Amino acid sequence: MNMLTMEPAAPLLSIRDLSMRFAKNRSLSDTIAGRPRQIVSALNGVDLDVMPAETLGIVGESGCGKSTLARCIAGLHRPSSGDIRFEGESVIGLKGANRRAYNRRVQMMFQDPYTSLNPRMTVRDTLREAISVHRMREGAAIDRRIDELLDLVRLPEGAADKYPHEFSGGQRQRIGIARALSLEPTCLVADELVSALDVSVQAQVVNLLLELQDNLGLTVLFVAHDLRLVRHVSHRVAVIYLGAIVEVGPSEALFSRPRHPYSQALLAAAPSLDPADRKRAPALSGELPSPLDIPPGCPFHVRCPHAAERCRIEKPMLRPVGAGMAACHFAETISAA
Amino acid sequence: MSVVTQIQPHRPGRFRVFIGRAFSRPSFVIGFTIIVMSIALALFPQIFAPYDPLAFDMTAIQQAPSLAHPFGTDNFGRDVLSRVIWAYRVDMQMALFATIFALTIGVTVGAFVGYYGGIADTIFGRCVDAIITFPFLVLVIAIVAVLGPGLVNMYIAITIVNWVYYARLTRAEIMTQKANDYAAAGRVLGYSDRRIIFRHLLPNAMSPIIVYWMTDMALAILLGSSLGYLGLGAQPPAAEWGVLISEGRNFLLTAWWMSLMPGLAIVLTGLGFSLLGDALADLLRPKGR
Repeated sequence: MNMLTMEPAAPLLSIRDLSMRFAKNRSLSDTIAGRPRQIVSALNGVDLDVMPAETLGIVGESGCGKSTLARCIAGLHRPSSGDIRFEGESVIGLKGANRRAYNRRVQMMFQDPYTSLNPRMTVRDTLREAISVHRMREGAAIDRRIDELLDLVRLPEGAADKYPHEFSGGQRQRIGIARALSLEPTCLVADELVSALDVSVQAQVVNLLLELQDNLGLTVLFVAHDLRLVRHVSHRVAVIYLGAIVEVGPSEALFSRPRHPYSQALLAAAPSLDPADRKRAPALSGELPSPLDIPPGCPFHVRCPHAAERCRIEKPMLRPVGAGMAACHFAETISAA
Repeated sequence: MSVVTQIQPHRPGRFRVFIGRAFSRPSFVIGFTIIVMSIALALFPQIFAPYDPLAFDMTAIQQAPSLAHPFGTDNFGRDVLSRVIWAYRVDMQMALFATIFALTIGVTVGAFVGYYGGIADTIFGRCVDAIITFPFLVLVIAIVAVLGPGLVNMYIAITIVNWVYYARLTRAEIMTQKANDYAAAGRVLGYSDRRIIFRHLLPNAMSPIIVYWMTDMALAILLGSSLGYLGLGAQPPAAEWGVLISEGRNFLLTAWWMSLMPGLAIVLTGLGFSLLGDALADLLRPKGR
């Protein structure tokens, strides 16, 4: 794995061989027939380094494990195997004060603006609770900090004493950002932060996030399925397929010259703005295989136009290709074509 | 730096808004009035009752309703109106004590099993099934028979059976609320499970529980007076609606008012709780998001 330590600086977060399996509940007839429990493999050996103060985009289809990865990093899921290290310390299964200390540094923002805020608490209550549980401020300084945070995320004056249902979706996501920032974290995990918002509002929220990142030196994990958005915000991008990273590299390099056939297909599938470009064959054939039954060998071989015998047997590892890394046996020949 | 102003623009408080909406609803107004009057009668029967509820008057036995005795008199010449009013004290007490402990225990247990799930939830599920298999009244009567008749034993018996219904409701509500991202956000913010359950999930889960509580108080009065009627709850000569109906049952043809008047009191109070519960169900329903 020494190829993963090519980056000069020490990573802030390093994820090694992370797997997450959920056991599906057996139906009564399955139990009687003695059929084994079905296992959903949401993550299958994710290796990823996150550098300090970078924005790392994580993209992939629905159901590929993006959100599971985000939730594992935030400590909401306990992975089945593998390790997540934050500044060199393992953070798997932290409890009590240690977990609180870790989560003070690594915060998360959620996808759904309608369920991610407690509907019975005003913005002030929500922020004050976070600030006082972590003793970020005391006494009157708490209210000053709340005003500061709301100013930071550009919520109008008087927003503090309103309830979530009085805000629009974009404003609620900014409240979510303020809540995460109230702990003055080092790293933010944004799980589909703007995918529930209108495009015009998306831009506002994303630009706010970028600005905050610049000003506060934050590390951001930006999980999304919108490729243009990810390209716009990320320094580096990781492409995830069936719970494993298939390609990771600098944003521009990856988008202009994808190495992995799946990345190529994903980019080709993004709708073009050029009307002349409209009638194209679908970039990907076939369905995403069920995470209940991951194919052997390269997980992408059943849909890959370049699949060869070797792909059906041997699982490719992430290895340096061009400016980044890709997990494909034929990355060089394919991307040269 | 500018001075942070502490003055907030004036907005009507949430409570004021709620009260305003509540009193624009006829069902709330009627239910609320009935219950407030019932509570007043229960607290100060001596002010409202025209006669001593226990005083015999051998010169006025089984008199039909008249101006002197609006609800008539019973077979010992006691004033039925006064006895019905004094019975408010016992019956309103039953509405409260037969439900409040069940509510407290049920909500706490339901919140924990709903939040943690797993083996505790499975064991809880089996217990619930076991208790719910029995008809409610039969089980309560069996427990009272073991403990012996009397009000306190009746409260214990009802609580033993009734908490299950609150727990089941709370468990389901907590499980729904737990699936919301604000619960996950609470965990990511490093909050303790207790804080997440009691400060975040439960306040959002309480509305249906409060509504159920209102109707359950009506049921508790019915159940309590049924047991009183059967001689297992309040004991004569205490005035309690079930006991009063039971006393009058031998004289239904000659002195129908002895049973009818306490029966009407049960109906009226039950109606009050039901209307209030119904109105609260509408009022507490979360606003469209």
